[in-house]
Amino acid sequence: MGFASKPVRMAIVRAQGLGKTYRVADKQPGLAGTLRHFVNRRERLIAAVQDVSFSIEPGEFVGFLGANGAGKTTTLKMLTGLIHPTSGTVEVAGCQPQRREADFLGQITLVMGQKQQLIWDLPPLDSLRVNAAVYGIPPEESRRRIAELAEMLELGDELRRPVRKLSLGQRMKAELLAALLHRPAVLFLDEPTLGLDVNAQARVRSFLADYNRRFGATVLLTSHYMADITALCPRVLLIHEGRLFYDGGLETLTQRLAPCREVRLELREPLGAEAFARYGEVEAIEGREVRLLIPRERLTEQVGRLLADLAVVDLSVSDPPIEDIIGRLFHEGAVA
Amino acid sequence: MGRYLSTLRIFWIASLTAELEYKANFVIELVATAGNLVGSIFVLSLFYGRGQSLGGWSWEGALVVLGVYTLLEGVTSTLLQPNLSTIVAHVRTGSLDFVLLKPIDSQFWLSARTFSPWGLPGIALGAGLIGYAAWKAGATPSPLTLLAAALMLVASLLILYSLWFVLAASSIWFVKIWNATEVLRSVLVAGRFPVSAFPAGLRAFFTFVVPVAFLTTVPAEAILGRASGPWLLAGGVVAAGSLALSRWFWQFALRFYTSASS
Repeated sequence: MGFASKPVRMAIVRAQGLGKTYRVADKQPGLAGTLRHFVNRRERLIAAVQDVSFSIEPGEFVGFLGANGAGKTTTLKMLTGLIHPTSGTVEVAGCQPQRREADFLGQITLVMGQKQQLIWDLPPLDSLRVNAAVYGIPPEESRRRIAELAEMLELGDELRRPVRKLSLGQRMKAELLAALLHRPAVLFLDEPTLGLDVNAQARVRSFLADYNRRFGATVLLTSHYMADITALCPRVLLIHEGRLFYDGGLETLTQRLAPCREVRLELREPLGAEAFARYGEVEAIEGREVRLLIPRERLTEQVGRLLADLAVVDLSVSDPPIEDIIGRLFHEGAVA
Repeated sequence: MGRYLSTLRIFWIASLTAELEYKANFVIELVATAGNLVGSIFVLSLFYGRGQSLGGWSWEGALVVLGVYTLLEGVTSTLLQPNLSTIVAHVRTGSLDFVLLKPIDSQFWLSARTFSPWGLPGIALGAGLIGYAAWKAGATPSPLTLLAAALMLVASLLILYSLWFVLAASSIWFVKIWNATEVLRSVLVAGRFPVSAFPAGLRAFFTFVVPVAFLTTVPAEAILGRASGPWLLAGGVVAAGSLALSRWFWQFALRFYTSASS
């Protein structure tokens, strides 16, 4: 397994011993706790990120994995200069992010699935006009770029409709357009497909791959959906409890992380757990619904046997949610 | 500089487009502002009813103060209120992140993003009242007086803006800051009257603590052509100081901003 920190000369993103410690109020719940806290203020230090080192070369598409609270967003915010690191150094596009110089800000972008920058009551085009002015893009050039990106994103009339009237998928695509108008060299994407339906997710995914190819942009992507990562990122960083645990190819990681796929069955009659032991590991049984984990290499064979042997009404195969995979991994101590 | 001007133009066109959806607002706002003004003039007239005066100010002089106050209220509704009240929302929702990631001064963005035309009736009425009352008071508009008056009006706007901005920026620590700006607004109501009309203690408070005196009284003196050099200088110094303070305070506050967790 390739750990980080081998220095790469051409790196466009470089983090060295990066750490962030938060000071949080140590407060008991309820009114009594609040009062006690008011009189006797106690604080705790929480290390959100510790000693994280990696570097990314121009044009790379890197997935950034980790459970909720693992430190992904904190790291992204340090890379974009929104928060100052407590320790270590960061360099992005040859600048120190926390200084937030115009030269740096013009080269990066941040897209957050949970936050939006488009003006709610106006059509996206008005927000785009504002961004063009702020980034100093001449009107002619900005029209050309909007047309190009809109075509790649399959956006048309939506750009003329108030943002509040757009669907979540259309809004996310318009957000991407707004975030990419200044043609940044480095893209930080925090859950850009969050909450989108499968089709919209796939469209955003293919756009990102297309964008990365066409403009040679460097992308660091976090996502809850394993499919995003597998489709886009040859390389992944895995962060757990604030520390970097894995930096390397996705292939190696998937085999290690998700050797099994999840098979959901709906049966005509409820059956006991012992009936499934020979097909795979039983995850859960709820009445007629069963969830099994089956090793990838035996999947086809076992699904065939399941269908042949049992009275199956419905069957679906998916990757277990990334949270589960990572949870299992650390629970079993496979990496640590 | 050029980029800031063109950005400002785009900002204001975008917000005007959004606001002009509601044309009836303009009439309502005009009626409300005019009603307010008539009420204020009536209250003021009560003080002057039996040949009395307010803090040594003539009736026309006091009307100039009221005119400056109305003008400030107009600017407040046009720029200060719509922009600075959204800072709190930016902090709460975390969308301040987007502002900070733009290659443009974040204080400029937060202070000038929106232009709401609903304060324009107040600006027009205030300017009208100033002109009328100054003429009635027999003020002679020499170039020097006009310059002093313009400078003091600008100073007054800068002071008001800086006070408000500092208060709004403290939402980085205390997210619920809305009430505090309301308190500021009600203190400023004192600016309707010449500062000399208040008892000595309040007069000191309105001059040195919350500089209400520089908001309306000093500009009115300048308009009436009787502002003394030291007061003009003090007005300029207080304005420059407040603006510098607001900029310093914003940079200071940003160091504490860690943005709403997502």
